[in-house]
Amino acid sequence: MSGLSKIVRVTAAVLMVPVSTFGLYVIMHGHLTPGGGFQGGAVLATISALFIIAYADEIKKALDVNLLSLVETLALITFISLAFLGLSTTFFSNFLLKAGELFNNPAVGINGGDLNTGGIIPLMNMAVGLEVFSALSLIMVLMYYGSKMEVPEDVS
Amino acid sequence: MALKWRYQRMLANIAYITVVVLIGLGLYAIVFKQNLIKIVMGVHIMGSGVNLFLISLGYREGGVAPIYTLAPKLEMVLPTPQALTLTSIVINLAVVALMLSFVMFIYCRYNSIDSQDRRLRG
Amino acid sequence: MINSEHTAIMLIAVPLLGAFTTAVFGRVSSSLRNIWVLAILASTELLAVLLGVNVLEKGINVYALGASFPTLTSPEGFPVRIILEVDAMNALISLIACTITLIVVVYCLGFMRESRVLDKAYTLILLLLTGMLGLTLTGDLFNLFVFFEVVSISSAALIAFYVHRGQSLEAAFKYMVISATGALILLFAVAIIYSQYNLLSMAALAASIKYTFLDEVALVLLISAFLLKAGSVPAHMWKPDAYGEAPAPVAVMLLTSALVSLYVLFRITYTVFNPVTPTIGWTLALLGVLSIFLGVSMALIQTKLNRLIAYSAIAEIGFILLGVGSSLTQSPHTSKVGFNALSGGLFHILNDVLDLGLLFLAAGAIYYLTRENNMNRLGGLGKTHPVLGVFFLIGLLAVSGLPPFNGFASKLMIYESVYFFNPLFAIIGILGSILMAAVYVKAFYSVFLGVFPPQELGQIPKSMLAAMGVLALLILVIGLYPATVIKYLITPAADALINPGDYIGGVL
Repeated sequence: MSGLSKIVRVTAAVLMVPVSTFGLYVIMHGHLTPGGGFQGGAVLATISALFIIAYADEIKKALDVNLLSLVETLALITFISLAFLGLSTTFFSNFLLKAGELFNNPAVGINGGDLNTGGIIPLMNMAVGLEVFSALSLIMVLMYYGSKMEVPEDVS
Repeated sequence: MALKWRYQRMLANIAYITVVVLIGLGLYAIVFKQNLIKIVMGVHIMGSGVNLFLISLGYREGGVAPIYTLAPKLEMVLPTPQALTLTSIVINLAVVALMLSFVMFIYCRYNSIDSQDRRLRG
Repeated sequence: MINSEHTAIMLIAVPLLGAFTTAVFGRVSSSLRNIWVLAILASTELLAVLLGVNVLEKGINVYALGASFPTLTSPEGFPVRIILEVDAMNALISLIACTITLIVVVYCLGFMRESRVLDKAYTLILLLLTGMLGLTLTGDLFNLFVFFEVVSISSAALIAFYVHRGQSLEAAFKYMVISATGALILLFAVAIIYSQYNLLSMAALAASIKYTFLDEVALVLLISAFLLKAGSVPAHMWKPDAYGEAPAPVAVMLLTSALVSLYVLFRITYTVFNPVTPTIGWTLALLGVLSIFLGVSMALIQTKLNRLIAYSAIAEIGFILLGVGSSLTQSPHTSKVGFNALSGGLFHILNDVLDLGLLFLAAGAIYYLTRENNMNRLGGLGKTHPVLGVFFLIGLLAVSGLPPFNGFASKLMIYESVYFFNPLFAIIGILGSILMAAVYVKAFYSVFLGVFPPQELGQIPKSMLAAMGVLALLILVIGLYPATVIKYLITPAADALINPGDYIGGVL
């Protein structure tokens, strides 16, 4: 299969810019707005869905199954390690809060929305966003291959 | 007059009525449908019903979205049910993805997604 | 250095970290991965023991995630954090879950040696353990839902381990439908409760529950969700499929998760909704009796060994429900008999998982040797593999409740005390137990005695024998010293369950 027409492909490629910008915005503002890692990651994963539809089999190199699952695992390990690092006070403790220039005091009440107010929360959001992006892409890629699958012989 | 009052009250509770309808539909599909895809759809519809219930619990009339960044006023809808709903949407997604992949494998195996064509009884 | 106060969260976090690192280590080398998984599980087991000792010495153990110190559960007098709350009851259940998982993984080292998806299987087993421990330790209703789904998803994926078999896939699908429905019912109940009290913490909820009509609806929904998961009678249909089609070690994990969800049921009925109406107790006891009756009578006609054990697992769940349900019909504070029934039921949780675990693992070993599950086509294994026969026999006698083994001790407690509430229930229980013995003697006869199998059979790997040996040893030790076990493990747990005041006081 070679995917859809050239118009669709170019549109998909162009759309990648606003969609990924929006996804990254949602991830970065996770500690200020109801967004966060999952929502942003899901938005990013729509790019994968778009590309699978537009480019069909040509995505094999870009969305490598092994790479995606490795990224997913590493992002999860990062997330849990961040939680472990707070263990000198409590698990998930926000140890970076008020730590310095990049990690300023937390925002309280109605505020201007500065990004450096979340402590470790933005880092965790990034890890979750990466994880969700790779996991959802992985699911879609696998289902795409699966839809053309023959009867599987002894997979275990 | 009474009719109008009743109408308004129904409008106020429209979210809850939808919740009941969605959960009922979902349960109906899970229990009575034989197509495996429809069963998965039933699970998802039921999940949507429960999510709607959670969201409408947190709704306060005239409240704004709970975003503190340059918020116009301090009267907001409850953020906790929204957080719960998000978590439950994520989990629902995972469940439905897993079930659909099972259906895919079952289809590969038997070339049928009807639960009557099964070998397994019990 | 990690203080002892962090034990509770480490118990959840260590297997979770282990689950994801396992996949990375699996890319390097398989023996490294095996050592890593065992190390993770051994440290989890150690943590569970530490937690148990800590709870027995210092009383209830509370942990607030992300707080500025671990016991800050309600800043400004309102419980907002995600809380873990451990008393003797949770500590016991988490210890059981860790021990069984450790044994199961040791067994898997031999059983699944030739499999190519072991990375994923170990990851899923560790995730399942995480889910069970989270379900046990959490003090928060919404987290209950999250961990419930973690357990469902990981165990459904494990049931479909033999992915090339249509039956396994169907069993996994069925299990997933039941679990997803159960989880959504649970979430609905949580939402109903939240709408009234704006609370999710179980302890704070127990302090302020008002028994309105909506509360009763929520209670019924919660009970039905956890009964769906535990597989007592009205929702037993997924059990024989899932247990029968999954690999034997996975079946043991599923059994453990069913018992964990029973624990959550008891936590809700005893602690959150305390005191619950006697009707709930009677219903649970009745469902227990029906489960015993149906489980045993369906086990009689099975020809597949795994399905037979699965049906007897339904009956065993029935015994637990019978004991605990009878004690719920009256206040266990005042009546010695009610307390006895409760501790009998809790003791039976421990014994059930050991006995049926041993039987499942033995059945798995039989499958490993012969690639055959049908008892009509098996026979004579007693001559070639006498050790396996002895293990099966120990499991058989223990599960039928015969004297020198552990099943006798707990079943006797249940019969004795249930007889005071309703003699008929006790008699049905005893009859069920006798029939169970008949079922298993028949199975033992057709598998281990009789004609010699025609083909040449291999040997059982040492790790499988070791796993079964540990279970058999535990069964014997508990059977010989039941009083000690009851004194140090069961009575503190039952005490913790009937005194919700301590549980509430830990948070507020």
